[in-house]
Amino acid sequence: MPVMLELKDLIASVGDDEPKTILNGLSLNVPFGEVHAIMGPNGAGKSTLSYVLTGRHGYDVLSGKALLDGDDLLEMDPEARAAAGLFLSFQYPVEIPGVPVMTFVRTAMNAQRAVRGEPEISAPDFIKQARLVANELKLTPDMLMRPLNVGFSGGEKKRLEIFQMRMLEPRFAILDETDSGLDIDALRTVAEGVNVLRDEKRGMLVITHYQRLLDYIKPDKVHVLSAGRIITSGGPELALRLEKEGYDGIVGEAA
Amino acid sequence: MADDLRVKDSIDKDTVAAAKALESDNYEAGFSTDIETEFAPQGLSPDTVRFISSKKEEPEWLLEWRLKAYERWLTMEEPDWAMVQYDPVKYQDIHYYAAPKAGAKYDSIDDVPEEILETYKKLGIPLREAEVLLGVEGAAETAAAARETPRVAVDAVFDSVSVATTFREELKQAGVIFMSISEAVHEHPELVKKYLGSVVPQSDNFFATLNSAVFSDGTFVYVPPGVRCPMELSTYFRMNAENTGQFERTLIVADKGAYVSYLEGCTAPMRDENQLHAAVVELVALDDAEIKYSTVQNWWPGDENGKGGIYNFVTKRGDCRGVRSKISWTQVETGSAVTWKYPSCVLRGDDSVGEFYSIAVTNGRQMADTGTKMIHLGQRTRSRIISKGISAGRSDNTYRGLVSIHGKAEQARNFTQCDSLLIGGDCGAHTVPYVENRCADAQLEHEATTTKLSEDQLFYVRQRGIGEEEAVALLVNGFVRDVLQHLPMEFAVEAQSLLKVSLEGSVG
Repeated sequence: MPVMLELKDLIASVGDDEPKTILNGLSLNVPFGEVHAIMGPNGAGKSTLSYVLTGRHGYDVLSGKALLDGDDLLEMDPEARAAAGLFLSFQYPVEIPGVPVMTFVRTAMNAQRAVRGEPEISAPDFIKQARLVANELKLTPDMLMRPLNVGFSGGEKKRLEIFQMRMLEPRFAILDETDSGLDIDALRTVAEGVNVLRDEKRGMLVITHYQRLLDYIKPDKVHVLSAGRIITSGGPELALRLEKEGYDGIVGEAA
Repeated sequence: MADDLRVKDSIDKDTVAAAKALESDNYEAGFSTDIETEFAPQGLSPDTVRFISSKKEEPEWLLEWRLKAYERWLTMEEPDWAMVQYDPVKYQDIHYYAAPKAGAKYDSIDDVPEEILETYKKLGIPLREAEVLLGVEGAAETAAAARETPRVAVDAVFDSVSVATTFREELKQAGVIFMSISEAVHEHPELVKKYLGSVVPQSDNFFATLNSAVFSDGTFVYVPPGVRCPMELSTYFRMNAENTGQFERTLIVADKGAYVSYLEGCTAPMRDENQLHAAVVELVALDDAEIKYSTVQNWWPGDENGKGGIYNFVTKRGDCRGVRSKISWTQVETGSAVTWKYPSCVLRGDDSVGEFYSIAVTNGRQMADTGTKMIHLGQRTRSRIISKGISAGRSDNTYRGLVSIHGKAEQARNFTQCDSLLIGGDCGAHTVPYVENRCADAQLEHEATTTKLSEDQLFYVRQRGIGEEEAVALLVNGFVRDVLQHLPMEFAVEAQSLLKVSLEGSVG
């Protein structure tokens, strides 16, 4: 399959005052239809990678390139990247007081559609789709009327991230430690929600510490990130080896 | 019908285009209307007061009333305790009366000069009833939820005169009196005499006293016993002429068991000079009556360097005179260079209820010192204050409120919530609550929060595909949600878009 996400020699720093280089020549290709996992020890640059790709302020790319289906992500505002089909499931979802989940998602959906020149979704269609997806993710209609992420448990917040992802149907999703804070049942629910979106037109990057999530969201490839670059890549078996041997061995071996 | 609609369409397009062409910055109401205007001589003197009174052919008692206020005003000093700074008002440079020359009184809408009708049209306030109806139909097509949009009667005040009042006949049939206060003085002198100054006494404060001397026009509403006013009433204030002030006076009386909802909107052209707006609004609710008063204040706020803008020094007070009466103030304050305004409730009747819901936005160099006073006199009186202050740019936003429980107000209750939202690092938010309690079994609650619009929130919203300006608007709308819910629907929509426009450019 042709490459969907192409990252080449990315060097990026964090911080306005005393910038610190976190990504150190990171290269990675995710072909259409594939799910790649990024694993690595704390401080390896996993979350930085997700923020660099989505265009967060304070994360500056010094060199290298990042293309989504040939489009230069680094030239775009965060909202333009979203409209181009890039979605981030946040490690720490942010509270949005006073804005009900439904209102938020519909506003986002229509904003993206407007950029793409598509008509707004009608209220009945939106509600229908929302009910369907919410039901699959075991979210009650009442939860969708509450302000986004306010007063929700950690696990509920993660399910709300996946709810948004399912509603927005991004072409490329980054899941940043979506498994953290989930019990085993919630993990299964979330993974099933994610797997529905897997098809030959989409791609995914799953960032995680643990192999556990990968039992449910089976990756095509696993990459190990350390000190801001990919030090080794392999099939799903690499995640199992990491689980057994820990990062130290593999990082040492690669270095 | 199809033709009419097409005409309406083209008006809308022209209106939008005209407003776009005239707009500088974000203030869409900033255009001025070129119309021959008759002024009172500059400055304030007994002659000015006589001039205004004679222009309005007022009875002797009202002239005397005005002159008494003028004498009193001479002995008073401008208050300086509010957290605002502004250049001193040059009271002798202001024209206290300005009216379109073609005649200050119009017998029918057809006599109103076309320039004025156009002005209101540009502002989205159709004065011809036929257009109002068309407008409603058009709106219903686009918004399914607006299917049952109630009609709104408008009193249009242009500088110092009321130029048109719509739906008067229909209201008359319901027994509701809705007219300019100048007309009411002639047509219902007994009501005006009975209630004028009965809530805000002449000597109440510097600006109220000034208003009592020179008040020009405003709205008079009387809803008879047991009548539920069949439509929303509104006044749209427009300041147009240069070097003028607007000193309107509004008086609303809801007799026993009556209900009325009243909306007030205001805009002014962009001018380099500061203009003074010193209004007085008095509300009286008798037994079991309810008055809902909503304001969307969008006076010209001055430019980003603080040049020009309206000084909005307003006294608004409601008197819950009867038992079980209720008055609620809802305000969305986005305009004015300086705001000094405390819509208040005197809870005189037993079991009466006062409410104050406020959204105050300051941006650029704006300063707002606003809040409310809840004076509990009667037993089991209840009040509720929800204030949302939003500061951006280099502005200052102060909530100042008083809850006073008097000795006889047994079992009185108050709930106060003041939330401030800061956008950027150069603005200020201040909360100054005063509480006086002389009653042992009163219950008072006060909650206050100050939060900053965070980068985390903005990024999260933008990551979902929502542009920066819209993201700010969404977050701000979330912040003010509790208050927006209390506005009549059409007003809530207008308020939302106004909030967005007011905060454009405040981030990034």
